[in-house]
Amino acid sequence: MTPKGIAVAYYTIVRKEIIRMMRIWSQTFLPSVITMSLYYIVFGSFIGSQIASINGFSYIQFIVPGLVMMAVITNSYSNVVSAFFGAKFQRNLEEIMVSPTPNWVVVLGFVSGGVFRGLVIGVLVLLTSLFFTHLAIFSFSILVAAVVLTSVLFSLAGLLNGMFAKTFDGVSIVPVFVLTPLTYLGGVFYSIHRLPPLWQTISLFNPILYMVNAFRYGFLGVSDVSIFISFSLLVGLTILLSIIILYLFKTGAGLKS
Amino acid sequence: MQDAISIKNLYKVYEGGTVALKKVSLSVAAGDFFALLGPNGAGKTTIISILAGLTNKTSGEASVFGASIDTETEKAKTYIGLVPQEFNFNIFEKVIDIVVTQAGYYGIPRSIALKDAEPILIELGLWEKRNEAARTLSGGMKRRLMIARALIHHPKLLILDEPTAGVDVELRRSMWDFLRTMNANGTTIVLTTHYLEEAEQLCRNVAIINRGEIIVNESVAGLRARSGDKKLEDIFVELIEKQ
Repeated sequence: MTPKGIAVAYYTIVRKEIIRMMRIWSQTFLPSVITMSLYYIVFGSFIGSQIASINGFSYIQFIVPGLVMMAVITNSYSNVVSAFFGAKFQRNLEEIMVSPTPNWVVVLGFVSGGVFRGLVIGVLVLLTSLFFTHLAIFSFSILVAAVVLTSVLFSLAGLLNGMFAKTFDGVSIVPVFVLTPLTYLGGVFYSIHRLPPLWQTISLFNPILYMVNAFRYGFLGVSDVSIFISFSLLVGLTILLSIIILYLFKTGAGLKS
Repeated sequence: MQDAISIKNLYKVYEGGTVALKKVSLSVAAGDFFALLGPNGAGKTTIISILAGLTNKTSGEASVFGASIDTETEKAKTYIGLVPQEFNFNIFEKVIDIVVTQAGYYGIPRSIALKDAEPILIELGLWEKRNEAARTLSGGMKRRLMIARALIHHPKLLILDEPTAGVDVELRRSMWDFLRTMNANGTTIVLTTHYLEEAEQLCRNVAIINRGEIIVNESVAGLRARSGDKKLEDIFVELIEKQ
């Protein structure tokens, strides 16, 4: 394909994805905004007012970056896994597979859809938080880099899940039993420095901790872990997953009989 | 003349050990109207899926208009328009969107695809339905939509896997006329069908496959002459029963 043809194919995949998520906006965009508003009300206002400040910030200011990141992670992941598995289940993925669109463009297209949804929801959840607290920005470039890289990473992870899922149960197992526990235990609601030493050490093996803290650093300028390690992990995992997925596309694993 | 399809020693074993193709070799000349016949599970759809990039082969070689499906995959795919056996479009999308989106996957910009789609949809009787969701179409219209989608990038080779299954006689005949015109205009057509009258009416050459092996590969006229001018259906039944 020519570069122009590749651009058209990429645009086609992304356009189709965005139209799909806009058509069902009450399922794709609204739930996270409502859920996170409830978190702001309950944990931020009601309970948060009784909790001492963390690193000099009120509790609600501390949890807002984590809640935004939680919404970005779950939506990026679930968008790609459901879109890809849906296309596979209905067999309209074959429309792309019979075409000359290169594998990397297909991957990029689906991941872009996940990133679009993740970032739109991230912005909506962030704007909602302004009804409950005020936020300062310590480093705009760090917060943007952290949220975009995290969204890309979890879109790739969702794609991998979608490739191998054979049933609708296969689509929900990872988000429910892996992603949700890791996110809740990833420092969204607390600083790991307040945990007993054993749990601090265990928390360091949770990759989501690094993503939440990188994003929080962009807002508050404080982090439980090294920002350098956070970004190294994000970039490393993104490259690793990209290589694995492109290899699987090339071999047809999870896609072809 | 260059072959539209060239297959050499194509071998396919599915997971679980089912051997679908046993070193199949087959050529289809450019411009031909070719029937690939066989009972259910004979290997027809496996051959088509391998050519279209939907199934991995175990071994062997295949090329489309000289482009290897292994080394020139994108080029080979550009030559093929595939009409699969089962409906595989998103039923919630509009007819026009299904066709135009498919063009996009071939690198054809939306503005051009919208213009290209009009004559195809008119020819196939779908123009009036272009803004309706695919789920509202009748079975025959859905079949024609799959043909329209396969033609939007102007393929040199059109592969139809049982395109008239479940279609009434009147519509089937109109589809025959459409396919004859396509072939007369230079498109190579490969057809699989269980309606052997259809193959007899439309196709110049035929291959019969059974249990993963080609048992006949010659012209329809030659096959009939060799069999005492029997109908293709009778010849087919005799050959399959012999195996």
